[in-house]
Amino acid sequence: MFLETTPDTSGYMIAGYLITFFTMGLYVLSLFQRNKDLGQDLEILAKMAKESRSKPSRPSKSAKSRPGGKSKTKKI
Amino acid sequence: MQSKPITLTILDFVSVTVLMIAAYLALFFAPTEAVMGDVQRVFYFHVGTAWVGLLGFLIAAISGIAYLVTKDLKWDRFEVAAVEVSTMFFFITIVLGSIWARPAWNTWWTWDPRLTTAAITELIYIAYFMLRQGIEDPEKRARFGAVYTLLGGISAPITFMVIRLFRTIHPVVIGNQSAAAQGGFDMTADMRTAFFFALFAFTVLFIDLIWHRIRLGSLQEQVEQLKLNASA
Repeated sequence: MFLETTPDTSGYMIAGYLITFFTMGLYVLSLFQRNKDLGQDLEILAKMAKESRSKPSRPSKSAKSRPGGKSKTKKI
Repeated sequence: MQSKPITLTILDFVSVTVLMIAAYLALFFAPTEAVMGDVQRVFYFHVGTAWVGLLGFLIAAISGIAYLVTKDLKWDRFEVAAVEVSTMFFFITIVLGSIWARPAWNTWWTWDPRLTTAAITELIYIAYFMLRQGIEDPEKRARFGAVYTLLGGISAPITFMVIRLFRTIHPVVIGNQSAAAQGGFDMTADMRTAFFFALFAFTVLFIDLIWHRIRLGSLQEQVEQLKLNASA
């Protein structure tokens, strides 16, 4: 049997293209957001590493209290 | 943080441009198919996304082999990028197929061999990310990923070939289709132009997104390394 007129299926087509662009847009946004978050993490960690390197190495409390002693902790 | 290479910026621009042209060709340039009407236009993006989806799964399997041979973590980054981008594209393929099936087959979904293998392939790669997250050691994680994508990669050629080997209602536009196929059509010259341009556009977009994802992976690795140093 032949259809006399072409059916109107434009609603399905619009839905399909909207979902396609929405999904791709969402993925690009997620890439951007993850990149931004990792960039911030990297900055903080680099700053922490720099600070820890610039700090002068001090003897620990336990080493101070024990004259000439090493900073060993007792195993319980 | 590494600065963005100029080639990648150009590729971003090219990707958006070719995608817009592909959308124009699919929506306005290609003629309306007489039996199905406008819904047939989703076919151009349906096949385009399926092509890069399956291509990415194969690339991931090859990257897996490369990692197992060389033990170089750059192949793991490449593999993760290929799987992530392809899973996103393959999800679009399945959704577009379902939208097309409603007016063409009068159902959103049926357990036809093609639809079943496509759903299994997508689930295999969603599970890949869930399982990877449970492994902390980067080398162990990479080894697991390599073996998994190598085995998972078998699903890509099966999904591609299933409509050519079994009796299925899914149409084959290029090649011989099953006698049971419903919704097939012959492409006109303009339809072919829109079709091949969509394949090209999605290939460019795929390369662009993979490149971005690889850069994200190396940034992730740097952060992980700094965290390890800080805790040591």
